[in-house]
Order: sequence, then C-alpha cells, then structure tokens
Amino acid sequence: MDTILGMFEIFVDDWNNVLMLLLEHIYMSFTGVLFAILIGVPLAVAMTKSKVLAQSIQVLINLVQTIPSLALLLIVLIFLGLGYQTVIVALFCYSLMPIIQNSFVGLSNVDRNLIEAGIGMGMTSRQLLFQVKIPLSMPVILAGIRVALVIAVGIATIGTLVGAGGLGKLIYRGIATSNDAKLLAGAIPAALLAILLDSVVGRLEKKLNRSRRHAA
Amino acid sequence: MIVFDKVSKSYGDSVVIKELSFMIGKGELFVLIGASGCGKTTTMKMINRLIEPSSGKISIDSQDISFTDPVMLRRDIGYVIQQIGLFPHMTIEQNVALVPKLKNMNPAAYMKRVDELLNMVGLDPTLFKRRYPSELSGGQQQRVGVIRALAADPPIILMDEPFSALDPISREQLQDELTGLQKQIHKTIVFVTHDMDEALKIADRICMLKDGKIIQIGTPHELVNQPQNESVIDFIGRKRLQRNHSAYSGHTGG
Repeated sequence: MDTILGMFEIFVDDWNNVLMLLLEHIYMSFTGVLFAILIGVPLAVAMTKSKVLAQSIQVLINLVQTIPSLALLLIVLIFLGLGYQTVIVALFCYSLMPIIQNSFVGLSNVDRNLIEAGIGMGMTSRQLLFQVKIPLSMPVILAGIRVALVIAVGIATIGTLVGAGGLGKLIYRGIATSNDAKLLAGAIPAALLAILLDSVVGRLEKKLNRSRRHAA
Repeated sequence: MIVFDKVSKSYGDSVVIKELSFMIGKGELFVLIGASGCGKTTTMKMINRLIEPSSGKISIDSQDISFTDPVMLRRDIGYVIQQIGLFPHMTIEQNVALVPKLKNMNPAAYMKRVDELLNMVGLDPTLFKRRYPSELSGGQQQRVGVIRALAADPPIILMDEPFSALDPISREQLQDELTGLQKQIHKTIVFVTHDMDEALKIADRICMLKDGKIIQIGTPHELVNQPQNESVIDFIGRKRLQRNHSAYSGHTGG
C-alpha cells in the first residue's frame, strides 16, 4: 500500500518529470513505428509482386526478430552511439515484422473478384493499389500497426540503458535504488500507454471493418 | 460491332478456345451459353482484354483491339461480374461514379447521372446514395452493379453471369428490368450464362459453346425450333423444347 501511495506521491510532486519521460517514451515509440510503416507498407506492396522478394524479406525479418532486444540495442549502439536514435532504430527493426507481415497478408488476401472488377473497369495498377487494395486491407494493416506499437512501448523501456530517456529511466532507477514506488511510477504509465494505444487502434480497426463489411 | 476472327486461346497444351469466328451487332443482346468449362467466360474476357487470345483477331468497330491501350479500352466497356464486385469500402454513389471519375468526366454531370441511374432501377437516390453495399439486399446490389457499368455511357457492356447468385425471384425481376432497360439504351450487351431459361428469355441471339467451339448461333426461336445437333438439344433439354416449342411457334409464322 505504501508503494502505491509512494507512486502517487511521485506523480504529484514530480509530475513534470514523469510527463516529460512519458512524452519521450511516446516520441521514441511513435517515431520507430512511423518509420516502420513508411518502409514496411511499400515493401509489402513490392512483396506481393515478387515471390522471391517476399520469401527473402520474410526470412530476414524473422531473423531480426530472434535477436534479443538488449542485444539488438547494443548492436545498433556500436554504429549510432548513445541516444534516442539508437532506440528508434531498434524499435524500427522490431516494428517491421508485424507491419510487413500483416500488410503482406492483407494485400494478398484482397478478394480476387474485386481486383478483377477494378481492372475490368479500367483502373491502372496504381489506382487499383490506392483505391482498392490498400483501403480493403486497411483493417489488417492496422492490426499490424497496433501490435507494433505495443511491442515498441514495451521495448522502449530499455532505451534508458543506451542513454535515451523514457519511462524506463524511472523503472531502472527504481530497480537500482530498490525503490518500488519509483519503479511503479515508470512501469504503470508505460503499461497504461500500451493498453491505451492498443484499444484506440483496435477501435479504429473495428470501425473500418463495420463500414467495409464484404458485400455478400 | 464486335468481330471475332479465328480467335483461339490455349494454356500450355490445353486449348480452351478453338478458332472462334462470329460477330456481334451493334445494339444486340448477345448471350454466350454453355456448360462450365466451355470457354464462355474466357471468350467474354477477351473482349476487354482481361485475357489475351493466343491467336486470331478481335476488333471493335473495325479496330483491332490488340493495338489499343487496355486501360482505355476497358473504360469504354461496362463490366458486370457474377460476384457483384461492388467495392465494400465505397458508398453506392462512389461505386457508381467510379468509371466516370477514372475518365475525368465533369463531377457535376456524373453525379446527376448517378441519380438518374438509381432512379432508373427503382432505388431512391436520397435513400441509397450514401449507403454501403453491405446494407443492400443481393438484388439491390446487383442493380447497382448493372448501373455502375452504365455510368460512363459505354457503347458495350459485358455481363458475366450477373444474376446467377441471386434468388429466383430477384433473378426474374432483374432479367425483366434488363430487357426493359435495353429497349431504352440500346447498348451492345455480351451476356454470359449457363441458364438456358435466362438465355431464351433475354437474348436477341444466343451463341452456344462446347469445348471452346461454337455449336450453334441463332435467335432463341432458331435454337428451339431448329437445334442443329444432339448437343444443342441436350443442353436446351427435351422437356423444355416441347414446352417452348409451342411458346415460340406463336410468333414465327411457321
């Protein structure tokens, strides 16, 4: 009970510091995921056009996923040094898999009849991509982004080990000083952030699914 | 006018279309019929170049279509498919206005046309325009599928078993509406079906295919009264022949 009260004490007394760490946390997670979307979705589009590319990229991203997060962070550290950029690159690497995987599955599973209807009506391949394939696979792509965001928020907590901020700072400081209240003051906002992002994006997915139910 | 000149299509060793030659007149409702695998859909899809023939020539208004840009060609040919093919993420209005939009037509003009077309098939524009396809019944959806093909006012419309997934009542209604519509718009319609009743009911001329070859082309009356061989008789069905013989002998004069 005391630790919980202690946590609230930290929120009240030190709110501007907690808020800053939270914002740093959001900044790192979002930037990593954003780059993963910018690279991952076009890559998934390219994968639907070439089987060889699809297979090689799948092998590659699965390989990256098997590297423990701390190890990956240290590998990136060798090249980029201490700071945000290292964490963002690591988060980018982890976000790629769910985003590429889901975008690829979504794009390849668009109803063939609808694709043929689009082509038959005189759409160019670019129009088909932007007006049919991407909008129709949006719910599946969003599911990938949702998973990526949750993973990113989790992994961003170890960012503090390479000199980036974020809520991990409170957690590790709490561990180092055996201060449970401090640990919770970092862990609970991080967990809430993950839950919040999960439900917001999840709701967006559902909304899209509702209005875009497949014509029977 | 659409002319097929010795058109063949083969996939590897199997020949699915064998030297088809026929012509479809302007304003004609031309039905391609046959059992599944006879090549009727393949034949139709060669007209808008969704499938390219292996040999032979197809021309529209004496222009060889293999020299046209397929995207431009398709925008001038309406296309209705069996699975309806309305885009579930677009409203009815967006679906119908799709081809005019692709053709960069004037939005004010085609929006007016969307209303006209919806009215034409008995769907109130104010009620239906902003709905999504999933909110419509199967029959309503396929009405939208048909008017979507008409939206850019193409001279030719291809219909690939458009009514086969509907319940019998909606199917009959849509067949009646189509023949009624055709009297107003006089398009060249190529209609694929495997349903002989449907073919006899709506066609100006019927082309019966078997194993990628034409076994008979003629008006419904000719097919029923002068079936050229056993295959035609089998497909029309002896029962139906007896029944329809009397129905079709009324306006033949012998």
